[in-house]
Amino acid sequence: MIPASSFPKYLGGSPKDGGQRPPSPARRNPLPMIRAACIATVLALPAQADEIWVTNEHDDTISVIDTDTLEVTRTIETGERPRGITFSKDHSVVYICASDSDAVQVMDPVSGEILHDLPSGEDPEQFVLAPDNRHLYIANEDDAITTVVDTETRTVVAQIDVGIEPEGMAISPDGTIAITTSETTNMAHWIDTATQELFANTLVDSRPRHAEFVKDGTELWVSSEIGGTITVFDVATQAEKAKIDFDLPNIHPDRVQPVGFEFTTGDTHAFVALGPSNHLAVVDAETYEVEDYILVGRRVWHMAFDADRARLFTTNGISGDVTVVDVASRKPIKTIKVGRFPWGAAFRPTN
Amino acid sequence: MRFVLTALAFCVLPLAGAAQTDARIHYLQRAVPPPPTLSDLDTPPGDLGVAGARLAIDDNATTGRFLGQSYALDATRVAADADLAAAARAALAGTDLLILDAPADDVLAVADLPEARGALIFNVAAPDTNLRDADCRANLLHTLPSTQMRTDALAQFFVLKKWTDLPMIAGGHASDQAFAASMERSLAKYGLKPGPRKEWRFDANMRRNASAEVPLFTQGFGRYDALIVADEIHDFGRYILYNTWEPRPVTGSEGLTPVGWDRVVEQWGAAQLQNRFTDLAARAMQPRDYAAWAAIRTLGEAVTRTGATDAATLRAYILSPDFELGGFLGRPLTFRAWNGQMRQPIPLVHPRALVAQAPLDGFLHPVTELDTIGLDAPESRCEAFAP
Repeated sequence: MIPASSFPKYLGGSPKDGGQRPPSPARRNPLPMIRAACIATVLALPAQADEIWVTNEHDDTISVIDTDTLEVTRTIETGERPRGITFSKDHSVVYICASDSDAVQVMDPVSGEILHDLPSGEDPEQFVLAPDNRHLYIANEDDAITTVVDTETRTVVAQIDVGIEPEGMAISPDGTIAITTSETTNMAHWIDTATQELFANTLVDSRPRHAEFVKDGTELWVSSEIGGTITVFDVATQAEKAKIDFDLPNIHPDRVQPVGFEFTTGDTHAFVALGPSNHLAVVDAETYEVEDYILVGRRVWHMAFDADRARLFTTNGISGDVTVVDVASRKPIKTIKVGRFPWGAAFRPTN
Repeated sequence: MRFVLTALAFCVLPLAGAAQTDARIHYLQRAVPPPPTLSDLDTPPGDLGVAGARLAIDDNATTGRFLGQSYALDATRVAADADLAAAARAALAGTDLLILDAPADDVLAVADLPEARGALIFNVAAPDTNLRDADCRANLLHTLPSTQMRTDALAQFFVLKKWTDLPMIAGGHASDQAFAASMERSLAKYGLKPGPRKEWRFDANMRRNASAEVPLFTQGFGRYDALIVADEIHDFGRYILYNTWEPRPVTGSEGLTPVGWDRVVEQWGAAQLQNRFTDLAARAMQPRDYAAWAAIRTLGEAVTRTGATDAATLRAYILSPDFELGGFLGRPLTFRAWNGQMRQPIPLVHPRALVAQAPLDGFLHPVTELDTIGLDAPESRCEAFAP
């Protein structure tokens, strides 16, 4: 919906915005036309457009994409090898894993300036912010450690020994359970956040990359890149509940490598990045059946939705671009050039 | 140089905790003095191979810690003229999981010991294709790629590049000759005609006169697309580059080289493995290190998934369709059920970067493109693996 406040702006706006639009079927019905014109006016005000922030692993930058114009509006320098990216709950700061700088950087998203670094342990790759908006759980890829950092006191609260090459990080909605997946140990490690100790370790298929709690924290999903599967766990028992396989026609199963995934509104469907197969899969989260495959850019890894989850933005590492997917029609609608090796993506509302 | 006849190195890594499973692996190595070469720039490191084994044991132990499984590595190194069979018997008395770093003759001698009948042995150093062919053994798996896998990978690159006129220079060492013969078989396999071949027979000091000798030596090849150098001991090959009569790429043992592993492999998360290895060994990981790493990680993966440590259970699992190992080469690593060779992509590298990785796009196979390189089921004359 267009906010009511934008309507007067249209009335007072430049005639260019409305006047140069090509004739369309909307003309027959004046109301949609006005609405379209309103959108055009809103577009002219960059401060009001939402953004997708993309880390470029081999450029040491972030590309900021305007979710309305679907163009890169800013390129911001970061520390070395930026990968994981997440905003604070109120979006006042953005946290960036600068892996080769051995730091988590805290940035002001308005000015793009680094405010300070957080102690992160060596080689931070991925992290998750706890629901308390205060504690970051960080995977230290080279050290087989998960580091817990208090973002207010800027101190390390705990370090937890996990498997080799920790990567995927998740935290339950109530904040009681944190998950680290380890790529070479092939496990999901279950951390009790009250004690900061492991209480379970569950095997998954080869090279787990990403984890998410879904359905109000009752299920945990873990993707396995080399195994080519997603394992679904029942959180209460830590027992395996389902395993999702992907079967792309004309692509060898070895190249179908699930990495990042995100859920549509209500957790009804998962969009899963399948790495070097250059496709997304759309999975019914109730039946665990794959419903669709969508061709995107090369080596697709992570993704972020816009505000109402109508569009999905995927990072395509090898082609160095972002594919915009229309969620309802499940069709790619645009490719946006970003920096070298786009890795992580995060949504920033501006209204 | 004098070699002590008995075991030189001994390394045991006991692990703390109440372990329910204890997997003991023995790394047995024949110290083979490198043949004399024109340059001493690149001497093999003293811990070649065993450093990869140590890293893999650490990797396994980290996983094992969460599952109540522990791993121990013993390492024995025998001198060039020592009795390897005796050392193998001693090792097999302690475990039936053996990593063997020795020439092909030794590999067969150890695999054929009565004490090795129920053992599981990984060959990490002998590239000889015959060990994956008629001379295969049921108790012997190979994580090092065969010479033919390497030459097949290079031949695929030639086809892709449409480089069809391919003369070769071959050294006199047995491994050079084996590489040259394998290269010619691979060219034929991919429909290319082997070009003229010259044997390298110089005994002059090429450090001083390569620029005088090599142009004349290669002038007779006339015009061609790329030169293949078969110099597996790295004797003269380094002096061929930029000294050829025709300005053409050099491939084979020098220049563009097919390898099991190299420091330039950094995609597919490989940078993490390289970092871990460099932290441990203070040098770059080489193909034999990788083969040893892959062998022990294979055992670790099988122990993790089966909960067993006996050779028979592990072997059955490793050869089953359920097994797969993440090996930082972009695809799961598995084993060929017909000859025990680990399926693996072959990087084609130059000293500063990865150029391509076989199997290359367009080389198709009904089961897996990885079987377009090396001995496929219909080609292999191995019978020991027949069900």
